[in-house]
Amino acid sequence: MAANEQLAMLVQPDRVHRSVYADPAIFDLEMERVFGRAWLLLGHESQVPHPGDYFTTRMGREPVILVRKSEKEAAVLVNRCAHRGSMVCAEGRGNVERFVCPYHGWSYDRAGALKAVPLASSFPQDKLAGLRLKAVPRVASYRGFVFASLAPGGETLEEFLGPAKASLDDFVDRAPGGELEVAGGVFKHAYNGNWKLMLENHLDGAHPAWVHASSVAVARNAPEPGRPGEEHYYDIAVRQMRQNGAPESVWEATGIWTTPRGHGYMGDYHDDSRLVAGLGNPVFDEYRQRLIERVGEKEADRILRVTLWNTILYPNASFMSQFRQLRIIHPLAVDRSVVYTYSFRMKHAPPRMFRDTIAFSNVVNGTASWVLTDDLEVYERIQRGFSSGAVEWAYIGRGHGRDAAEPDGTLRGATGTSEVFIRGQMRAWLDYMSE
Amino acid sequence: MKVEEFLYLEARLLDTQRYEEWLELFTDDATYWVPLEHDQDDAFEASSIIHDDRTLLELRVKQARHPRAHARLPLARTVHQVGNVMVLSDEGSELEVASTLQLVEWRQEKQRVWGALVEHRLRRANGSFRIARKRVDLVNSEAELDGIAILF
Repeated sequence: MAANEQLAMLVQPDRVHRSVYADPAIFDLEMERVFGRAWLLLGHESQVPHPGDYFTTRMGREPVILVRKSEKEAAVLVNRCAHRGSMVCAEGRGNVERFVCPYHGWSYDRAGALKAVPLASSFPQDKLAGLRLKAVPRVASYRGFVFASLAPGGETLEEFLGPAKASLDDFVDRAPGGELEVAGGVFKHAYNGNWKLMLENHLDGAHPAWVHASSVAVARNAPEPGRPGEEHYYDIAVRQMRQNGAPESVWEATGIWTTPRGHGYMGDYHDDSRLVAGLGNPVFDEYRQRLIERVGEKEADRILRVTLWNTILYPNASFMSQFRQLRIIHPLAVDRSVVYTYSFRMKHAPPRMFRDTIAFSNVVNGTASWVLTDDLEVYERIQRGFSSGAVEWAYIGRGHGRDAAEPDGTLRGATGTSEVFIRGQMRAWLDYMSE
Repeated sequence: MKVEEFLYLEARLLDTQRYEEWLELFTDDATYWVPLEHDQDDAFEASSIIHDDRTLLELRVKQARHPRAHARLPLARTVHQVGNVMVLSDEGSELEVASTLQLVEWRQEKQRVWGALVEHRLRRANGSFRIARKRVDLVNSEAELDGIAILF
């Protein structure tokens, strides 16, 4: 199955073979060739502010530790003792001077160097000298977001991001002074489906009308959100669920782009001034003022005029720069995935805006949300559909034949509901898989 | 009505899918909270699995009845087993009650078992009670969880 020509048969311009989602052998190859090669977004520097701060995560199937090894530098270490293979660090987060293996007490410093071995004299000394916690070969940050790659060589992080850098810029620029921090807990939701299904859904402007029909309907019949000064706790949830019911014409008019590496982003469909800081609701006046204090009025206006909904960084992240939500996907098996969702606080914005972020996160990304639960249900139904051999192909033809090349190297969908971003993801997938 | 009987009634309404009647047990100013983190003390500056006022709770019930509520069609079947009921304080008009919950959920191919520490703030009304606040601390709230489309 590994032969490049065979893989190329599975991904065609407007259709994808079901085995890409359902074959465990392809999944194994993806872990080696996609997750083993691409830059993966692991987190944000605010999660490890001080030397010795760490958290555990995964890169594909590799358990890793992201640790701040010095004031300036983060390291990513494979969480596996060089001796007998135990994970040296329990899953979670904290601060350490040394990672000490629970099995035989081997200890490693923050950069992964082996510092102490009980009964050291009983080992051949030349062998011991070569052992350490394996460091992931490449670690780099872009504006506070930490990425790593399991491949020793390849394109730089900035080359990998390409035009999608602008979405991370939007995320950071919106914070007065550029200061962001992860805060407010982490949702971890899982589903019995392939990892690609989430990334193929997050820019799909045609699905809300169907998948989210029930939450849109109940929100439309909910009590009216309050005017400024007369607001209710439920407002953000009701407003956001209603926005998912935007008419087809709004979705169709939204811009959608995909980059050569399979990243994608779309313009925003929101027109609710209580959700979008740039639309002039008095709630956001103080925020705008604080932004102006940092960057001046002209730049503040520029920042607030950027309207992006989701951005996908292929193959492992999806974020909403404007709403400060980051989702990192961890593939567990061909038919099992888990998604970690992080909220960000803008340190110098009015406190109320973080409350809005939390309310937004609960309704959009919460494990029991009115919205997300229906997405997860559909991912699982797709997985079961693709597990059937009766039909071989999935069709990704919405807008096909009308994708337009842009000067910055992206492809733009003819309309906002174009499946151009899935075609872009599959093209990138094939590049990684065949390289 | 005794406190235990009231909690059993609440469980029974959920298990027989009489959600509209269950909703009526809550006061207009009620909150229903399923924290995300262990020992979470704030529902506004940190995410929650569920943090609803009465309006949002009603939206959950209405969604469950919608013909295109994909994750809720069919509705999960549940058994709520309430135990260890203790009145923590009785201020006359309102009581704080602690209990434990074991819950079996089954829908399509998945059966799940939940465990939780529960606290109710009950308000006396017409010889019975209404729920002014309910907090459900799942033992595995911080776990990697599949989507949740039931009420605890």
